[in-house]
Amino acid sequence: MFTKSSASAFSSGVPVVALRGVGKIFANGIVALERLDLDVRPGELVSLLGPSGCGKSTALRIIAGLSEPSNGEIEWSQAAEIANPRRLGFVFQEPTLMPWATVAANVRLPLKLAGLDITADARVAAALARVGLSGFADSYPRELSGGMKMRTAIARALVTEPQLLLMDEPFAALDEITRFRLNNDLLSLWQSLRKTVVFVTHSVFESVYLSQRVIVMTRRPGRVFAELAIDAPYPRDERFRTSADYAGYCRLVSEALAGAMLAGEGA
Amino acid sequence: MNEARPNGERRPRSDRRLRVLLPIAVLALGVVLWDAVVRVYAIPPYVLPGPLLVLSTLVSDWSVLSASLLVTLTTTLEGFALAVVGGVGLAVLFNQSRLIEYSLYPYAVILQVTPVVAIAPLLLIYLPQQGAVLACAWIVAFFPVLANTTLGLNSVDHNLADLFRLYGATRVQVLWELKLPAALPYILGGLKIAGGLSLIGAVVAEIAAGSAGAGSGLAYRIAESGYRLNIPRMFAALLLLSIAGIVIFFALSYLSHLLLRRWHESAIVREV
Repeated sequence: MFTKSSASAFSSGVPVVALRGVGKIFANGIVALERLDLDVRPGELVSLLGPSGCGKSTALRIIAGLSEPSNGEIEWSQAAEIANPRRLGFVFQEPTLMPWATVAANVRLPLKLAGLDITADARVAAALARVGLSGFADSYPRELSGGMKMRTAIARALVTEPQLLLMDEPFAALDEITRFRLNNDLLSLWQSLRKTVVFVTHSVFESVYLSQRVIVMTRRPGRVFAELAIDAPYPRDERFRTSADYAGYCRLVSEALAGAMLAGEGA
Repeated sequence: MNEARPNGERRPRSDRRLRVLLPIAVLALGVVLWDAVVRVYAIPPYVLPGPLLVLSTLVSDWSVLSASLLVTLTTTLEGFALAVVGGVGLAVLFNQSRLIEYSLYPYAVILQVTPVVAIAPLLLIYLPQQGAVLACAWIVAFFPVLANTTLGLNSVDHNLADLFRLYGATRVQVLWELKLPAALPYILGGLKIAGGLSLIGAVVAEIAAGSAGAGSGLAYRIAESGYRLNIPRMFAALLLLSIAGIVIFFALSYLSHLLLRRWHESAIVREV
C-alpha cells in the first residue's frame, strides 16, 4: 500500500545515482542485498530505514564505491563528474577522525589527498564555520565531545563541496539532546547548501524528522519494502517534532517497518 | 557544545613529587645499608667494596672508564639507530608486500630467538671486532622495533582506511598520512625496549670479544677488572652501565611523551 502511491510525487528529475537490481553476497554466504532498486534524486534528503543487518549500510558503501556489488548496476548522472570520489562526502557512524591530527588538519585531509593544498586554508575555515567549530581548529579530537567530533566529520565531508553526501547512522552513538541538535544543524546545512543527502538510520523518528522520503528496507536479503513521502514543509524545527503530523508520519513509518520485519522473517 | 575538556591535565603536584622522592629515598636507604654492612662485618674491598670506595674509584679511574663508556655508548647508539632503521624499514616493507613478509619474517624470528651470547663468538670469527659487537647490538634490538611497528601498521582504523580509499589516496599517502602516524605509539614502545636491549647486546658482545686494547668498552673493563680482582673498578663500571641504561630509557620516554602528549591515551592523564 505504501510503495507506489507516494513515490510518484518525486518521479520528476533524473536521479543523481540509481541502483538497479543491486545484489551483494558476502564471502561468508550472507545475502546482504538482493535486487535492490533505488533512485536518489538531485537535492533530496532521503533516508534508508531498516533494522540492523538489513544491508542499508552496505547499499551506502556500494554507492560510495567502497564495496563492489555482486550483481546489478549503479548508474550515475553526469557520470564522470559525480562518480569522481571527491564529489562524494561520506560520514561514518563513528567520527573516524585521525587522533594525531588537529581538527583543522582532519578537515583538510580530503583536500590534501587530492593535492589541493593551495586553496585549502580558506575552505577548511569555511567548512569549520559551517558546523560551528571555528574556535576549535587547533584542538585535537580527544579534546572534543562526541557531538563536536561528529561535527568535525561533517565538516570534513563538506570541505570538498560534494554533490552527494552519504551518511551512515552518523548520530546513532550520540545522546538524544546532542542528536536532536545535530538533526537541526543538518537540516539547516541541507537547506542552505542544497546537497543531495542519503541518510542511513535505524530510527523511525529521525528518518521522519529529517527526510523528504523514507525508504524502508527488509532484512536478509535487504530489499526496498516501502517508500513513504514525508510531505511536511521545511524548515522543520521543534514545533514539527511535537506536531500531530509528525506523530502521524511516525506511525505510518513504524507500521511499514513492522511490515518489513515480518516480510524479512518470512523470506 | 562546550563540553571540551581542558588539555594539558597534569597529575597533582604532590603525586609527582612522591614519584621522584620515593625512589631516591629507597636508593639512599640501600646505599646506607650497604655501607653499614661493609663496615660492621669489615668486608675486604676485594670481596665487596663500600659505596664510597666505588665512588672514589669512579673518580680516580675516570680517564680509563670514560673512554670505555664512550666506546660502549657509541656501539649502543649505532646498534640502536640501525635497529630503528632496520626494524621500521622491514616492517614497512612487510606491510607493502605479503610475499616479502612471508619470505623473510621467519628468519627475523629465528634471529630473535637464538641467544645472542651463542651468536657472538661466531660473529667475532667472521667480522672485525667492532663490526661484530655492533651486529650483536643490532640483532638484539631490531626485533622489538620490527614486531611493534608491524603491529602498529596493521592496527589502522578500518573506517579511516575506507576514508582514504574514498578520497583516492595513493599507496604512499596511505603509508605516510595514515599507517605511520597510527603506528607511531607502537613504534615508540618498540624503541623503548630496543634502547635497553641494544646496550645489552653491546655488553654481551664485548664480553664475548674479551680482547684488550684502546677500543675496549665498559663490559670489557668489567671482565678485565674481575680477572685482576679489582672489584671496586668492576662496581664503578657497572654503575656507569646502569646509568647509561637509565639515561637511554628516560631519553626515549621523553621523546615518546613529546610526540604523543597531545593525542594518545597513554600520554594523557585523566582527572578523576
